[in-house]
Amino acid sequence: MKQDPSKSRPIIQVQGFAAAYGGRTVLKDLTFDINQGEVFIIGGGSGCGKSTVLKHIIGLYDPAAGRILVDGQDITAAQGEDRLGILRKFGVAYQSGALFGNMTVLENVRLPLEEYTAFSDAQMDIIALTKLRQVSLEQAAGKLPSELSGGMQKRAAIARAMSLDPQIVFLDEPSAGLDPITSADLDELILDLNRSLNMTFVVVTHELPSIFRIADRVLVLDAARKTMVALDAPDTLRDSSPDAWVRQFFNRQATGEATSASNETATAKSAGGKI
Amino acid sequence: MLTIAGRLDSGSFLQAWEQSVEPCRRNVPRKLLVDVSAMDYCDGAGLGLLSELRRIVASSHGKFELAGVREEHRRLLAMSELTDPDAALRRPAREGIILTLGRFAAEVMGDIRQIITFIGELLATLVWMARHPRRLRLGDMLATAEKAGANATGVVCLLGFLVGLILAFQTAGPLAVYGVQPMIPTIVSIAVVREMGPLITAIILAGRSGSAFAAEIGTMKVTEELNALKTLGLEPVQFLVVPRVLAALIVTPVLTAFNILMSIIGAYIVMAALGYSLSFYINQVMGAVGLGDFISGIFKGLIFGLIVAGIGCLRGMQTRSGPGAVGDSTTRAVVSGIVLTIVADAVLGVLFYYLHI
Ligand SMILES: Nc1ncnc2c1ncn2[C@@H]1O[C@H](COP(=O)(O)OP(=O)(O)OP(=O)(O)O)[C@@H](O)[C@H]1O
Ligand SMILES: [Mg+2]
Repeated sequence: MKQDPSKSRPIIQVQGFAAAYGGRTVLKDLTFDINQGEVFIIGGGSGCGKSTVLKHIIGLYDPAAGRILVDGQDITAAQGEDRLGILRKFGVAYQSGALFGNMTVLENVRLPLEEYTAFSDAQMDIIALTKLRQVSLEQAAGKLPSELSGGMQKRAAIARAMSLDPQIVFLDEPSAGLDPITSADLDELILDLNRSLNMTFVVVTHELPSIFRIADRVLVLDAARKTMVALDAPDTLRDSSPDAWVRQFFNRQATGEATSASNETATAKSAGGKI
Repeated sequence: MLTIAGRLDSGSFLQAWEQSVEPCRRNVPRKLLVDVSAMDYCDGAGLGLLSELRRIVASSHGKFELAGVREEHRRLLAMSELTDPDAALRRPAREGIILTLGRFAAEVMGDIRQIITFIGELLATLVWMARHPRRLRLGDMLATAEKAGANATGVVCLLGFLVGLILAFQTAGPLAVYGVQPMIPTIVSIAVVREMGPLITAIILAGRSGSAFAAEIGTMKVTEELNALKTLGLEPVQFLVVPRVLAALIVTPVLTAFNILMSIIGAYIVMAALGYSLSFYINQVMGAVGLGDFISGIFKGLIFGLIVAGIGCLRGMQTRSGPGAVGDSTTRAVVSGIVLTIVADAVLGVLFYYLHI
């Protein structure tokens, strides 16, 4: 899956972005575009700020520096209807699932439809059920989130993120806690939606097999340097990244997970691993 | 020179510590060579022991070396090289009283600011909702009203009854001294209608519902449900706070009225025991409190309900992360709910006095 020309219109532009929590900078100097219709992966070791980037792009936090533009509009500055207009383009599945605990799975998936469409109850039910079908969860439609396993909650959250057929879907570690088969199914779903509906996907993940299967481009963050260290197609990064740590990230063994730039010699292993 | 042989694990740890670390500490060697060639096994505790030896020697600029490291132990033993154990283990110094005081003051001021911001946001949302009534989560509001109101009726009535009974009973003694026991209905009815009724109701509401609001919203904050709402374009204030506050607004006047009524009934029990007739009692009560008093009592109840529900929701939204956070929020919801209720009571008292209500 290489870059094709139709995927070159930037839909999200991150410019000179920095993020801080309570005065402590966790990321700085990030500049990149996410193009319309691509599957964009945010990768990097644990705690390097992947979820942070995601949460800033969807406007939950204001950047400590720089700008984030969605379709040319600054999400930080957008207020009222403008902001709703931007949010309406997004579907988000959080790392923790974040299902509404007092609603059933079906009601969770219905909620965005209730808020944004004028469909009838029956129409919303059938749409929501179809979304649940896509993540093989229609059996659990009537259950409360607390009655689901971790992986099922993840999938329900993904169904909710997709319920309005958003332009851009953000998934924070969607396959964490899923078995390899379900996880591969999820990759297929992402690719299907991406190809048929031209949905843009921004996915945070560590799963190398998944990255190589679905990614158009990968943004690699590094906790030690607190910034991005690479942005390119995964094959290119694996084979010819100038940065040793990035090559190692894409070549690591299942067990020898690289965590910082300083130990690049310690765990350099042969290619393959989980792939 | 130190030789470690056999198993260095949590079983032999204490003894090994006695024999290696302690003497080392008393008399720090300039150079310590630890021979581990005869060591068969080393677990986390053992690594800790080696780290401590290394730290002691390093802190007096001595030299530490491991000798005879077996190949299979090499990577494991490398982990006893902590980068800067002194810095990592140093506890933050206890802050002085001035600093603590200053921090406390800053926190209180910050909190007041947040409360004011929250009130503004809530009012703005309420005005907006008045123009978009269909956006109100009616189901949520009614469910909350049932939980906070209908289900609280029993305890509100019981406490009202007991408070009336106790007030009458406690005033009966002193009043008997002056022979003015017929004053009991007047005193008790003024007290319960204007003060005790609304206050007791607010305190029950704080304990039952303010805490519940904080816990519900706090849990949603911890599990990122609040963030999920925001990205759906649903403001938590509109989606979660307004239904709860409106529910409290509906139920508190009713609860306050029940509470007052039960207090007056409770006080009658004492009067009846003292031999006064029901008609006398009713006459006295009607003479003491008019409709104006009753309305002012109910109005207070309304304001208190607003405060308790609002602060419960705010504390929920302020929840920080971590396992204890929700518990802290509920505590804070109850405490600040009651404190602010009583502060408001004082303010309203002064206000009513000058307005001659
Ligand atoms: N709410 C917060 N308050 C303070 N610090 C935070 C907060 N959220 C994240 N951090 C810090 O920011 C850094 C990046 O966190 P983030 O959650 O973005 O990492 P991540 O790359 O998503 O990690 P993971 O792969 O484990 O999910 C971490 O050092 C973390 O301690
Ligand atoms: Mg994360």
